[in-house]
Amino acid sequence: MTLNVDAIVIGGGIHGCSTALHLCLAGLKPLLIEKDYAGRHASGVNAGGVRQLARHIPEIPLSIRSMGIWEKISDLLDDDCSFESYGQVLVAESEEELAVCRARVAELNALGFTHEELIDAAELRRLVPAVAETCPGGVVSRRDGAANPAQTTTAFRRKAEQLGATVREGVAASNIRHREGLWHVDVGPESFAAPVLVNAAGAWAGKIAADLGEPVPVETVAPMLMITSRVPHFIDPVVILRGRKLSFKQFKNGTVLIGGGHLATPYQDRNETVLDWKSLATSAQTVFELFPVMRSAAIVRAWAGIEAKMKDDIPVFGPSSRHKGLYHQFGFSLHGFQLGPGAGAVMAELIVNGGSQTRISELGIDRFHPITL
Amino acid sequence: MFKRSEQDKRPPVQIFVDGVAVAARQGDTVSAALLASGVDARRSTAVSGAPRLPYCMMGVCFDCLVTIDGVGNRQGCLVPVAEGMRIEIQKGKREIGR
Amino acid sequence: MSVAPKREDYDVVVIGAGPAGLAAAATSAEAGLATLLLDENIGPGGQVFRAISSTPVTDRNQLGTDYWVGADLVQALRAGNAEVIHRATVWSLDRNLDIAVSIGGASAFVKAKRVILATGALERPFPIPGWTLPGVMTAGAAQTMLKSSALVPDGRTVIAGQGPLLWLLAAQILRLGGRIDRILDTTERGNYVAALPHAFAFLTSPYFTKGLSMMREVKAKVQVVSGITELAASGDGQLASVSYVAGGKRETIPADLLLLHQGVVPNVNLAMAAGVEHRWDDLQLCWSPVLDASGSSSVAGIAIAGDGAGIGGANAAVVRGRIAARAAVEALTPAAAAKLPAMATLRSDLAKAERGRVFLDTLFRPAPQFRIPAGDTIVCRCEEVTAKDVLDSVAIGATGPNQLKAYRRTGMGPCQGRLCGLTVTELMAQARGKTPQEIGYYRLRAPVKPITLAELAAVPKSEDDVKAVVRG
Repeated sequence: MTLNVDAIVIGGGIHGCSTALHLCLAGLKPLLIEKDYAGRHASGVNAGGVRQLARHIPEIPLSIRSMGIWEKISDLLDDDCSFESYGQVLVAESEEELAVCRARVAELNALGFTHEELIDAAELRRLVPAVAETCPGGVVSRRDGAANPAQTTTAFRRKAEQLGATVREGVAASNIRHREGLWHVDVGPESFAAPVLVNAAGAWAGKIAADLGEPVPVETVAPMLMITSRVPHFIDPVVILRGRKLSFKQFKNGTVLIGGGHLATPYQDRNETVLDWKSLATSAQTVFELFPVMRSAAIVRAWAGIEAKMKDDIPVFGPSSRHKGLYHQFGFSLHGFQLGPGAGAVMAELIVNGGSQTRISELGIDRFHPITL
Repeated sequence: MFKRSEQDKRPPVQIFVDGVAVAARQGDTVSAALLASGVDARRSTAVSGAPRLPYCMMGVCFDCLVTIDGVGNRQGCLVPVAEGMRIEIQKGKREIGR
Repeated sequence: MSVAPKREDYDVVVIGAGPAGLAAAATSAEAGLATLLLDENIGPGGQVFRAISSTPVTDRNQLGTDYWVGADLVQALRAGNAEVIHRATVWSLDRNLDIAVSIGGASAFVKAKRVILATGALERPFPIPGWTLPGVMTAGAAQTMLKSSALVPDGRTVIAGQGPLLWLLAAQILRLGGRIDRILDTTERGNYVAALPHAFAFLTSPYFTKGLSMMREVKAKVQVVSGITELAASGDGQLASVSYVAGGKRETIPADLLLLHQGVVPNVNLAMAAGVEHRWDDLQLCWSPVLDASGSSSVAGIAIAGDGAGIGGANAAVVRGRIAARAAVEALTPAAAAKLPAMATLRSDLAKAERGRVFLDTLFRPAPQFRIPAGDTIVCRCEEVTAKDVLDSVAIGATGPNQLKAYRRTGMGPCQGRLCGLTVTELMAQARGKTPQEIGYYRLRAPVKPITLAELAAVPKSEDDVKAVVRG
């Protein structure tokens, strides 16, 4: 027997959970399917950066929309997601890098975006006292911050379920087909049908898109992170670098998270990653140079989450260019966590209203496939 | 809490615990020497500041963490004492970058 | 004093120099394979033969003949060409058989054709109220100090728990002139009945007569209270008293030292971090790796020997070490296997060594109330998380140990779940009405022991990363 729902969302990452929640808020009854458990992969184990800073221009409107939701996340989810807003700072390590920062901020200002602000050495030192003295300045986005990714994704899932979403975890969606105007998906022994299908399957989304005739240039990656034992508080904002791969964040409990995009080897079919310690050593070296205070901190764990990275580093977001009722929401390319809340809201608007005030036109799958609908 | 058996004929080693000279024996681990010495070797935890002493003595519980010759968070139960070694009992979150 | 490995590549790398590791490394080297033995301790022996080459306890009767067997194993190893490095902490192993090891504050990387994990066992968590108080230690901890430094308890001392090691320790403490005020035996009465069907195998095992005479030796000198159903330690910043219930009657006694023990469980961290599949063992109540008859794991090239393969004791560990090493020899240099004992011989040795194990596992199966705590009792010592905290998180949606981390940071401290993992699995399984296998375990990751940022920063970088930095 086939159970009818209003929409089927494949993927229990922050994007799938957020879309399911926002569909519920719009009065729909969605089904959320997650092959493992909500937040098992990138959404639950990423660095938790809530960042508008240094984004690709096509996704800035979505990021700004999302930021508004983050700032009231407790109202939406009854869970603070450990979100805290101490800003994010991009550090320029040389005058040349600072010049690039200056040009970037000018470009954003010309486009009407004001969230990024150029800062000089004195302001950098005020925001990040521990940074090496040689750094001449950088860029700050003051409303940015960080949250606990697993807590956040779980909170979205929990709230969606409370508002009426059906959640299936631990079984993969299979046998996806379009028949008589409805999308049919099997979940183990169960069969569901809906007029709407959202492909938010993260690292597994590229295959779903390809199977439905919309292949895109996407690869599976596993950015590595490592965390230290508790050390005394010494830094508030999240710090990222202009030139080198590094992101750096101290949590309230004292632990320091070090990331930046060095990659592990993913074994997607086994849900496994093999870490590359020589690359992590590069991250450690960067921290060693930039924050001498951290040299004797202990690294207690390193890990990597599996996710999808587009060749152009910009997500695939919006309606299918081939099938009615199919929507894509994947390929967030190492920077999708902050976008989750806003992307779910916009996706629900696309599904329910057929459009959104938030500008997403450059994120569509039609950049790879001319629209044939 | 513990005493040395009389048959122990190992040569003495002097270490310093928070600056105070303490007699150990060659082959003692730092944690064993501390427990044998009778000095108050309780560290306090990074989370609540609760006092702790070594629990497992085999490298798995991390309740023996001490600062040894300036290097913090060492597992005292895995490090042998050496003449003149300087031990500091850790109170709370280890202070980094001194 | 600390030396880095001489080569970057080895035929066989053995991790852990307890009974299994000593035997495996000696066997592998004897067959002519380039063999590296890495061990975290100051000298060889692991836990059971701790300080075998250096113990100040010179009267051989005091530690017992079973202990001195370890000296032969060390001698056999030293007779061969295996490279042995002590105070070497392996902090990463992956499915490519790349090994990262910290020696004297510097990390080195070596690659193996075969890895034999002989990381042994650790004592099962014993999460009673007050178990984090200074003055509460494991029985194994006291035994470690006894063997390596001839230290014995001299304050008011209580030993609580069950299992063969507890009686051995008590006997050793008494022989060395130490003090024991009381022994609290937590063995469940029902276990005696449950174990009965397996008693015949035990009666014919080497454990039987030794065990019996040791218990007699101890009971002649120390008051033993059996049938303990509740146990708690209390004190203000230091252990002051131990209270217990036996036969429905509560008693509180003053104490300076409480030594806890309820058996040992495999030390799974390195194996799990390498991706080795483990399953819940319903008899031994722990995670054990899925292995074939030669000790080979689900990760190609990684074998596990000794108690890390499932608790079997020292005699079985030695044989398992030889079996795993022989399998490595057969794979890498088949001709050399001929000079080693035949596999059939080793397997029959193993069967002999494992005789009586089921009896012991059944008799000394720890009672639920000593495995699954309640209320304010601390579960995770590192992050100071209580049983109530765990149950509260379950109530708001934490479904397993990995989800729990997001709520309470259990298992995220430096011990990486070694002292809380089993408790968390069983506690969550009970709360959610699932089996431990369904609930699962922490996903463990390297470094399995913390390393400093400075040590990691000093590691040689890959060429790609050096280029990436230049480009940036």
